[in-house]
This record gives sequence, structure tokens and C-alpha cells, in this order.
Amino acid sequence: MSEQQPAPTAEETAEAEQTTETTRIPVTTGASSVVRALENAGVETAFGVQGGAIMPIYDALYDSDVRHVTMAHEQGAAHAADAYGVVTGEPGVCLATSGPGATNLVTGIADADMDSDAILALTGQVPSTMVGSDAFQEADTTGVTAPITKHNYFANDVDTVGDTVSEAFALAAEGRPGPTLVDLPKDISLGETDREPGPAKAPETTTPPTEADSESVEAAARAIERAEKPLLLFGGGVVKANATEEARAFAIEKGIPVVTTMPAIGSMPEDHELCLSWAGMHGTGYANMAVTHCDLLVAVGCRFDDRLTGGVDTFAPEAEVVHVDVDEAEISKNVHADYPVVGDAKAVLDQLAEEVEQSPDAREWRQQCRTWKEEYPLAYKTPEDEPLKPQFVVEALDEATPDDAIVTTGVGQHQMWAAQFWTFTNPRTWVSSHGLGTMGYGLPAAIGAKLAAPDTDVVCVDGDGSFLMTLQELSVAVREELDITVAVLNNEYIGMVRQWQDAFFEGRRMAAEYDWCPDFAKLAEAFGARGFSAETYDEVPEVIESALAYDGPSVIDFRIDPAENVYPMVASGGANGRFALSEDQL
Amino acid sequence: MSGEESTDAPEYEFEGPGMPGPAPDERPHPKGRRSAHGVRIDPEAEANPRQRTAVVSALVEHEPGVLSRVSGLFSRRQFNIESLTVGPTTVDGHARITLVVEETDAGIDQVKKQLSKLKPVIQVGELDDDAVRAELVLLKVRGDEPDKVHAITQMYEGQTLDAGPRTITVQITGDQQKIDDAVDAFRQFGIIEIARTGQTALARGDTPTTPGEEPGHSTEPKDSTYRDGTDADEN
Repeated sequence: MSEQQPAPTAEETAEAEQTTETTRIPVTTGASSVVRALENAGVETAFGVQGGAIMPIYDALYDSDVRHVTMAHEQGAAHAADAYGVVTGEPGVCLATSGPGATNLVTGIADADMDSDAILALTGQVPSTMVGSDAFQEADTTGVTAPITKHNYFANDVDTVGDTVSEAFALAAEGRPGPTLVDLPKDISLGETDREPGPAKAPETTTPPTEADSESVEAAARAIERAEKPLLLFGGGVVKANATEEARAFAIEKGIPVVTTMPAIGSMPEDHELCLSWAGMHGTGYANMAVTHCDLLVAVGCRFDDRLTGGVDTFAPEAEVVHVDVDEAEISKNVHADYPVVGDAKAVLDQLAEEVEQSPDAREWRQQCRTWKEEYPLAYKTPEDEPLKPQFVVEALDEATPDDAIVTTGVGQHQMWAAQFWTFTNPRTWVSSHGLGTMGYGLPAAIGAKLAAPDTDVVCVDGDGSFLMTLQELSVAVREELDITVAVLNNEYIGMVRQWQDAFFEGRRMAAEYDWCPDFAKLAEAFGARGFSAETYDEVPEVIESALAYDGPSVIDFRIDPAENVYPMVASGGANGRFALSEDQL
Repeated sequence: MSGEESTDAPEYEFEGPGMPGPAPDERPHPKGRRSAHGVRIDPEAEANPRQRTAVVSALVEHEPGVLSRVSGLFSRRQFNIESLTVGPTTVDGHARITLVVEETDAGIDQVKKQLSKLKPVIQVGELDDDAVRAELVLLKVRGDEPDKVHAITQMYEGQTLDAGPRTITVQITGDQQKIDDAVDAFRQFGIIEIARTGQTALARGDTPTTPGEEPGHSTEPKDSTYRDGTDADEN
């Protein structure tokens, strides 16, 4: 009903614009209302797989300008939507049918949840009259996804289903981002309605403050002013809040060294002298030394994950902690905050920049950080007669691509090498699976990233084990003619596991050998992509050049030194300052 | 530092396996420490965080699934929950969940904050020690000595709900201690069955049970009243 309710006063102009600008087909069903909600929210691309219970939604998409990209597996759809959201800053959208479709999304939703990535998942459901009867392709999707979503909805009213989707979309991006899900029973999708969905608005109970209260900002500012060894720790929240500019300006203006977490890679240019790159289990030695010896740690938008902190009893042991976060529940969850500041990173950094009148006297400290940089450079040995080192490959890829190239990865050793040896200078160019550590994230993420940024180079650095988990998505890259390059660092091992088995399980390499991997170059050709392989240093530059030059998806199978391991390494639960530089130090 | 490592092959010269730099034992190590809860502590006197019992009241939207979300949150985060009661309030569409949890101070803080994050949760408050609390128990005992049973029931200001030739069922309400005592007292008759509710509670006097809660009205959105210090405004 266009005369549904008294028109909302504020939105009148916006609404009028929307209705005059286009002669869109009126809403007639729940499904068309759902699609209208997506259109209203500005959704341009959605990823999914067709299926029985989601068919009405797809049918409505037939008449829509929303671009639908069919993925080979729903997990790929969720990861692609996740990466699309990371690159664009808007929630990515994925669709799946009921039952197996929905459960296949689960890994991708959990991944987004752990990394606070905004995605909206729409799942088909059996007709509401059959819910609970163990019907064909029925699963309790809202039950299954409740612990891994910000919130999920079971749509039970055809007249409000569009509003529900609008709200879910807004909620995904509101405050601390995260995944939301709407479960859509088939009878609701097929049901008749002429209700146009309202504009996207998050529910009031979930709206966090933007600015922090001035008292907490003042207290934090005083602590910063008097610190002698201050350290900024940027977390993923800095990128998500689009606060990179403010964060960099604050660090440079106040002369405070910066370490980042892995999700925040790119928030500070890694070639800037104040940047110590990322801290944590495989972070740089200098970042971990700085964290261990600072007297004030200003953490912005980070949740102190155990891969960052090691054991909390030895994490920044002498530091007072300022913790800025939009999610109050993160404050003092893992590490006690002496100065809690609740607010959006962008707004709070502005507040802090104004409140800190005197930069801390940190010249000696900055000098100390420089010394650590010289003492613990990221390095590796490259004797020409040894097998190819993966670090060399990453550096060669970095050099061959522009600064704004987007890197996606799977999970494992290759991910660490990519994070360590690629010099990131821009936010939203590092797209990886952090909190959940999902092997197989890389390729579907590259597809999502490329669709989000068609004019940007996208390189997926993958491992052989990780690539094997979702490589069927190569078919999508071929079909969509996506110019992406997959660089497989192939050591015929599930390498990170092997590294741990050698270090902590007496070299008993149970189930870590992947010497049954296919020939990835041939496999790529079979999919219709271009395949390359390289196993010597000489081959690397030319192969990379050819792969990047090829206009379409290409896969390079780099046969790397199977014995190479990732260092530095902080032992799980250990002290960051005691990172090992080689196996015998573990 | 830009360009430092931009050559094709790095020129670092170092001996032995792994990467350059002083080994772990050759590095300076800080003296300070933090406890397992992330609090900086005196290594000599590592305090053992003590658990306490807290009564948390959550005002929630009365919608399907809200209880499962709340209980799911508790099991997922391994909070030690003692009891949980739920029922509607005077406001249409609102319900109150009363939770008794046994946690450290940090844990209780997390319980409240994590609860507040749930979309259907409107307000969360923790009750003082002087809050009004009650729980209810139904006790079914053998009916051999009805007089004695009746006497004990009266002592605990209870009610007899059912009295047959073989069994008597009574109801006792009150705080936890009273219920425990009553159960003990009834044991002499042989308790056949027992059903206990968890605690439910309200703040005493004028203090709202959850911050900003008003009688008979929909409450304010929680962001405006969420922070501590709402009470201070009234004083």
C-alpha cells in the first residue's frame, strides 16, 4: 500500500526522489518486497546459489538491477560477500536456499562474525506451515546461526518482510559491524503484499554512541601526554570506521609509533617510519618488542585476540591501557582497560587529537623502536641452489603490482608470508580471514574483491591446502571473466600444521602431507583459466608478468621450499617479547 | 624506511637457521606482569579473583526466541548461571528476565555488557544486595502426618495446594535461605517430588530495576540511559 501509514516526515524528500526517479515495478509479493529493500539500501551486487526455497527471491531478482553472481558453493557466496563488504565498506549480500544452502553459509557467516565484517545473509526456508516437521531441506537456520550473527530474523509476515530486510541490512553496518541473517519461508516470499519497505534503519536498542563522553577522552589524553613510551595499536575497527586518515594524522602529529593488528594491516602505511607493522604470533619482532616495553598502549578498535596478545599475563606488562572501542563489551574483556573510551574510532580520534595538547616526549622511545627495526628485520635466506622461498615470491608479486592492489589470502603459512612480506600502504587492500582462520577464504574473497573494485588489481596469495578447499570457485571467476591472479605457494603440506608438528609434536607429521595435490596449472586450464607454474628464482618474475598481463583469471603454482617455516613466532600463550626467530628458539 | 627492502633478493647476511636479531634470552625483559584477567599486578601477590553472586535483571522485547538467545549467550560464553526466570511486565511487549550468576567482577561486567548487545534486550541492570528477591518451591511430601505437615507449612507461611490420602503438596515462597530451610524441614516427611523456580527480583524503593525504567511506560532507548550515573542524576 503506498498509503500504508502516515508518511514519515523527515524521509519525505528521499522517498519522493526514489519514487519519481524510476518507474519500478510495484511490490506485489514478499519476495519483490525483499528485493526492493535491497535496492533501497543501494545493493548493487549479491552472491548466492539458487535452490528450492529461495526461488521466489531469485524470481524477483530477475526483474531487478541488482547484479547476482552465482557461486559454485554457498560458502563461496558468504566469503565473496564478506570481501565485497571489506573492500566497499558497505555490507555484502549473500543468498542461499534452505537446509544445506543455509548450513553451507555458516562458515562464511562465522568468519564475518569473528572479523566484524558486515554481511547480510538471506536464506530460503520451507513454508512456515511446514517448519518444525523435518521437511525436505529444512534446517533451523536461525537457531544454527544465532551464536554467529549480530542478530537474525525469522520472517513471519509478508507485509513486513521488506522492512525486516531493510533493518537487517542497516543493523549489519551499525556500530560494530557484523553479519545479520533473514530466514525467509517460502510462503512469505510467495505471499501477496503491496507494502513498500521503509528505509534501512537499525533498531534503537542497538545504536551505540558515536562520540565518547568528554571525561573519558580527557583522562585518556592526560595519560597520553605524560607517557614516555607510548604506543598506538590500531585494530580492524580503525579500517571499519573509515578512520584511517584520522589515525595516521594522530600518530604523525603526536609522534607516537604504531603497531597494527592483522585486520588493521594497511591502516598505517607500512613504509612509514612510525609504523612497526603488525604485532602478534607471527608479527614483526619490532612490533612485539614495542608492545612488550611500552608504558602506555593506546588500542583503537581492537579486541585483544589471543593471537595478538599471547598470554595476557605477559602482554604489555608495564603499560597502562587506553582502549577505544565502539563496542562497550570489548572494553576489559580480555585485557583490562585503565582508560576506557567508548565510541566510534573516527569520532574519538578527532576528540583525542583535539584534547591532547602536548605531544608526549617520546624521542628516546622512537629511537628505541628504530633500533629494534634494525635488529629484527623481516628477512630470509635465498641461496640460489635451494628451492624457491615463498617470501621472495610475495615480494616479487608486491613489486609487480601497483600500491593499491588488493591481496586476499587463505589461511596458513602463505597468509603469514603475505602479511609479512607485502608492504601495505592502503586500507582495504588486505582481505583475509583472521579470527576464524578459515582455510579456503582466499579465492572466493578475490572474486568478491574484484567485483567490488573492478579496476583494481586483485591477487590471491593462497596455499595448496587452502586453495583445495574452495577452488571450485575458479569456475565463477572464469564465467565472470574476472581478472584475478591466484598465486599458490605450494609446499605440498598443510604447512602451518607441519610447522607446529615439528615444533611441538616431535615431528610426527600426522595428516599434514599434501603430496596428492593436483597440478594446479593444469587444473586452472581445465576450468578455462590460465595456468602457470614456477620453481626457480629465474622463473618468478616472468611468470608473474605473464599472469598479471593475462586478462582473466590465472593461477600460478609456485613450487616453494617445503621446509620453509614462518618466523618470527610467539609460542601460543607465550610472551610477545620472547618471539622465536628460528625453530631452536621455541 | 621506504625502499629499504625493495631489491629483488634481500642482502641480509646472517648465520645459522632462522632470522637475524638477538635471541629471546638476550633481549631486555620487562618486570611488570598482568593477571590472567589482564590487570597489571604485583607478581609477588597474585590475587585470586573471587567469584560473587549477582542478580542481573534484563528488560527485553517479548518476542519469540529471546530466551534462547539469552541462554545461548550464557552457554556460548561459559558464564556460570545459577538460575533464570522470565515473565511479562506491565508494558505491552516487554518481558523481564532475572538472572542469578556466579562470576568474578570482570565476568559479571561481561554478562551485563554482552546481554546489552543483544538486539531484543532493552535495558540491563544489576540489583543491590537489598533488592527484593523471591523464589517459589512446590513440595510434594507423604501424607502420613497431615497435621505436622500443616504446622511446618504455616511456620514457613506457605500454602497447601493439594492434600490427598497419600500425598500433600505445599507451596513456599521467599528468599533462597528460607526456601532451603523449608526444604530441610520437610525432609522429615519424605519429599516425593520438588519443583523450584529461580530467583526473581526487583530493586527496592524508588530505584528502577533497570536504569531508566519507568512504570507502565515503554522505556527510553537504552543508549540514553545506559551509562552508569543515571541514579546520580536523581540525587
